Amino acid sequence: MTTEPVAAEPAVPSLVDRYFTRWYKADVKGKPCEDHCILQHSNRICVITLAESHPVLQSGKTIKSISYQISTNCSRLQNKVSGKFKRGAQFLTELAPLCKIYCSDGEEYTISSCVRGRLMEVNENILHKPSLLQEKPSTEGYIAVVLPKFEESKSITEGLLTQKQYEEFVVKRINATATTS
Amino acid sequence: MFPLTKENKHVAQLLLSTGTCPRCIFRFCGVDFHASYKLPYKELLNELQKFLETEKDELILEVPNPPLKKIRLQELEDGIDGNDNLSQNGEGRVSVIEDGSIASKNSNLNVCNVCLGILQEFCEKEFIKKVCQKVEASGFEFTNLVFSVSFPPQLSVREHAAWLLVKQEMGKQSLSLGRNDIVQLKEAYKWITHPLFSEELGVPIDGKSLFEVSVVFAHPETVEDCHFLRAICPDCFKPAKNKQSVFTRMAVMKALNKIKEEDFRKQFPCPPNSPKAVCTVLEIECAHGAVFVAGRYNKYSRNLPQTPWIIDGERKLESSVEELISDHLLTVFKAESFNFSSSGREDVDVRTLGNGRPFAIELVNPHRVHFTSQEIKELQQKINNSSNKIQVRDLQLVTREAIGHMKEGEEEKTKTYSALIWTNEAIQKKDVEFLNDIKDLKIDQKTPLRVLHRRPLAVRTRIIHSMETSYVDEHHFRLYLKTQAGTYIKEFVHGDFGRTKPNIGSLMNVTADILELDVESVDVDWPPALDD
Repeated sequence: MTTEPVAAEPAVPSLVDRYFTRWYKADVKGKPCEDHCILQHSNRICVITLAESHPVLQSGKTIKSISYQISTNCSRLQNKVSGKFKRGAQFLTELAPLCKIYCSDGEEYTISSCVRGRLMEVNENILHKPSLLQEKPSTEGYIAVVLPKFEESKSITEGLLTQKQYEEFVVKRINATATTS
Repeated sequence: MFPLTKENKHVAQLLLSTGTCPRCIFRFCGVDFHASYKLPYKELLNELQKFLETEKDELILEVPNPPLKKIRLQELEDGIDGNDNLSQNGEGRVSVIEDGSIASKNSNLNVCNVCLGILQEFCEKEFIKKVCQKVEASGFEFTNLVFSVSFPPQLSVREHAAWLLVKQEMGKQSLSLGRNDIVQLKEAYKWITHPLFSEELGVPIDGKSLFEVSVVFAHPETVEDCHFLRAICPDCFKPAKNKQSVFTRMAVMKALNKIKEEDFRKQFPCPPNSPKAVCTVLEIECAHGAVFVAGRYNKYSRNLPQTPWIIDGERKLESSVEELISDHLLTVFKAESFNFSSSGREDVDVRTLGNGRPFAIELVNPHRVHFTSQEIKELQQKINNSSNKIQVRDLQLVTREAIGHMKEGEEEKTKTYSALIWTNEAIQKKDVEFLNDIKDLKIDQKTPLRVLHRRPLAVRTRIIHSMETSYVDEHHFRLYLKTQAGTYIKEFVHGDFGRTKPNIGSLMNVTADILELDVESVDVDWPPALDD
């Protein structure tokens, strides 16, 4: 049973592709191009990330800061879960805001949960190192981890786009803006 | 020697006349001489009658409570029909003497109002033989046995009624009778039946035996006997999930301890009524306590889970390590089921090489339990010949207690691994060699995303004791690790979205991924290694 591969390129899919399914939500809250990508693990856990088409990931953008303080009296940093059953988690609806990203050009983006479920954790690493968000948006630059209800683990992705649908949507959107301009 | 004394006479007379069997009379008189109970029933009865007949004059004078008229009449009739030589005796004594002798004649035929036949036909050789036939037919291998018996709960109510009656009777003679002065029904039953079992099956009775023969008795006719207790002590009879009836023996005993004597007497006759039939045998069952087998296994497949992998009732892969091993054990031990446990576990795509991983299997209700070491060796060979996905070594019979060693090792001992690692950036030999110099590296691991759905979220500090690298090519190298038990190796390599820190990727400043993982050793020295 020899295991040494000959090729230098990875013979196996990436970590994300091995264990997760990518789901997308385009133009979140009606704001053009603010696309989110939800990575759903086979164990139903969802990792909320930025889709590659999101304005923050476009060239030339610099992130000034990220804040999990979504209103004067609610911070996602205060989320605490305990035990096997994760008691005490903040509950999120599809539209619930997770964080705000402030860019040096004055633009401000709100990232939403996109799936119903309980907040397990937010990624504090991006607070100290916002560039992670742009360098590794689908792994170390994730926004948050959400655990959907067991009985909703299939239905929460019903309104989301698959990888193929998302790619088609992005092409159409580019074409549409090209023709109108 | 007849065990009753003059002092017992009143009580014996009273009980006998109310339909109690001789052995129960012994119990209420506190006879703890086993041999007395073992005499044949007829002989016992004769001796008891003889004993009660002597000094009858004295008796007649002292009998304070002649039985009810109705009973007396009925018994008189019986007496006339019967060939009782006492019926011709003088006028003044006739009724009492006849009461005694005829009642005893009745109890020869009739079911005891206290034990409902338990100390009558159910301790006869005939019944024991019937039980033993079942034991022989069950096909269990055994060298001793423990006999357990379960009586219907209403027996306790009858026992209580009889106790109150006897206590009252003794009170008249200024004697007291505590609950513990009576020989328990179960005790007397065991005194009589144990020697019979031993003789019939040719093995000793041993309370510590793993082989259990159990007999469950019921008495449908009197099930309602204990219902009145519920009205008086409702809190003793709370419905429990896995009980068919609230009237368990424990609940009835609890209520009997609480209830006031006068309340009891209002609700239940003392002495208890004579039943029509003896108990029925609900079940005769044999069971053997679990035995344990331990060993070490190697797993050579990356498509074999340790335990059956079933999601939403559907099997993901057709086999598993535990099934490949246990199926053979089940057959050979003729066991009902098994429970598999091991010192940690590996993922479906991880191989376990080297000396293997310690495991133990509990065999539930085994019919065969005695094996020579040669037979166990052959069993191991059989397992090893049947699959190339796993191999087993050091297979042996162990005690339940010894399995603790394996579980201790799960948390305390070290493990060594071999991993094939991919890097996104081209690397040279010198780019990995620095890892060889890192010793006892502390890492913080958040619960991996892949198990977060079923484990608490926590940050755990683990130690990577040492690492050794072997360069393969520009994008691959092999990493040998020695780590603290409980370290998530895959996450230490790829970082799990930055949730394990530091990780191989962050140490090397690249994106790293793990392509293959093998467990090279599980450093637990249990079970003891065996020679081949």
